[in-house]
Amino acid sequence: MSEISTQLELLSFKAQNLANHANQLANTVLEPSGGHSDFLIFGITVLVLACFVGYYVVWSVTPALHSPLMGVTNAISSVIIVGALLAAGPIDGTISKYFGLVAVGLAAVNIFGGFVVTNRMLSMFKKKS
Amino acid sequence: MSNLSSVAYLISSILFILSLRGLSHPTTARRGNFYGILGMTIAIITTVSNPGVLSYKEIAIAFIIGGLIGSVIAIRIQMTALPQLVAAFHSLVGLAAVFVAASAFYNPIAFNIGTPGNIPLGSLVEMAIGTAIGAVTFTGSIIAFGKLQGFVSGNPLVFKGQHLLNLLLGLGIIALIAKFCIDQNPEYFWMIVVASFLIGVLLIVPIGGADMPVIVSMLNSYSGWAAAGIGFTLSNNLLIITGALVGSSGAILSYIMCKGMNRSFLNVLLGGFGGEQAASATGVKDDRIAKQGNAADAAFMMKNSKTIIIVPGYGMAVAQAQHALREMGDLLKAAGAQVRYAIHPVAGRMPGHMNVLLAEANVPYDEVLELDEINRDFSQTDVAFVIGANDVTNPAAKTDKTSAIYGMPILDVENAGQVFFVKRGMASGYAGVQNELFFRDNTLMLFGDAKKVCEDIIKGLEN
Repeated sequence: MSEISTQLELLSFKAQNLANHANQLANTVLEPSGGHSDFLIFGITVLVLACFVGYYVVWSVTPALHSPLMGVTNAISSVIIVGALLAAGPIDGTISKYFGLVAVGLAAVNIFGGFVVTNRMLSMFKKKS
Repeated sequence: MSNLSSVAYLISSILFILSLRGLSHPTTARRGNFYGILGMTIAIITTVSNPGVLSYKEIAIAFIIGGLIGSVIAIRIQMTALPQLVAAFHSLVGLAAVFVAASAFYNPIAFNIGTPGNIPLGSLVEMAIGTAIGAVTFTGSIIAFGKLQGFVSGNPLVFKGQHLLNLLLGLGIIALIAKFCIDQNPEYFWMIVVASFLIGVLLIVPIGGADMPVIVSMLNSYSGWAAAGIGFTLSNNLLIITGALVGSSGAILSYIMCKGMNRSFLNVLLGGFGGEQAASATGVKDDRIAKQGNAADAAFMMKNSKTIIIVPGYGMAVAQAQHALREMGDLLKAAGAQVRYAIHPVAGRMPGHMNVLLAEANVPYDEVLELDEINRDFSQTDVAFVIGANDVTNPAAKTDKTSAIYGMPILDVENAGQVFFVKRGMASGYAGVQNELFFRDNTLMLFGDAKKVCEDIIKGLEN
């Protein structure tokens, strides 16, 4: 009787151990799937390099076109729609999906508005005839 | 993310860079805008073909409604109202960033960042920061819009302890972000949003109307950083690259505007400059009398001039005088004069605003010159015609160390043979500084609405 109870205890201990191990494994698997520890440094690298690109490209913009520059940057900053689409993607009816849909609409206002108004501005710039 | 979509996002990023690059010259600018549209199209198609995106119909409806609203507004907006339009658009980017972050928080699985209540720390920090920047951009842009549109008074609103309150709120937001990252409680998320909304309002109310070019540029920059922040949450390089491009663009424009006023960015941000408060601070009032002329005199004198430089300012935009001004310029050109336009970096209510208005009135862009390009030519110019500008021509900026605008680069209109000032009255400019040019021997004031004065001069020229 006591032998069985010790064995049972041992077994439950092992099961507990196994469960802990599985949990640990799941966590380590989860980490790279989020990709975060790796992506942060990578993302910062990209961010810094892109800032340099932006710095040189924007200084080369002629001051006469600074208003169209704001129009274009306004439109392309709505690339945030990528996140909005992913959020709105699932077929379920959760609140997060509706947040996503609202964001899609807002970003679309900006994308169309930004590009159209920039095009309007640029079409007015003419050379001396 | 599959390799294929990574490549597509990379192509989008390159197209966005090229679209900004195109703006280096008016001849390549429209192609640049096309690259931007192409880049955005690729980004959207790539994202929609992601296996996680299934609700095509609802997305299409939201997209079309938004697209229609945006297009209609952009087609109908008057060019003089561009600054408030841009401010309004910035607010939408900010709000969209808040919604995306909220969505990622409630359904992290869709973004591949763990499960609800079990989001990795890094993602939480990025999410919280993206949310805060987005929320500040949203309310800040709305206040800027209100000031530019005239819904809110353009005068700076200052009260005691303002900066202390902002500081406390800022620290409070940091504390909330820390709390949020520790226990992932939705309440903290929404408290971050509300506190950021509040600080967005408080940051912009003390800033006067004519400082709005700096603020609109700054908010442009913020909308970029918000996008970059969301890019980190999504582990998406396209968002990070685009965010950085927009962020640095806005920052550079703010810098150019600040330099155009010889003020530090911090000085603009702390606010309280201009408006009634500054006007009362000028102290000494002089009772000198400015010479007043009429449109017929101006028409006669300009008709007999060889070289004319026109200096437009915000007053021209307010009076919608650009078309009449161009007509006047055409008549003078027909009479044999060389007519050019000089643009100060901070003329108008957004960077490059005057250039767009003149282009709208069909002024060729090669007749419109920047301060550095044209400033030396004033001494060889017969007539300087200042319309709706004031502070940017005030020589006190060069000589009077006590002046609020000391050190600001100005257009040297006083070197021209004759100066005409088109103004509604003798009121001082935004900086609240009296312009001593009004009392010079070679200055003639033309009082009245800018558009009306131009039309009267046109009549005089036609006779």
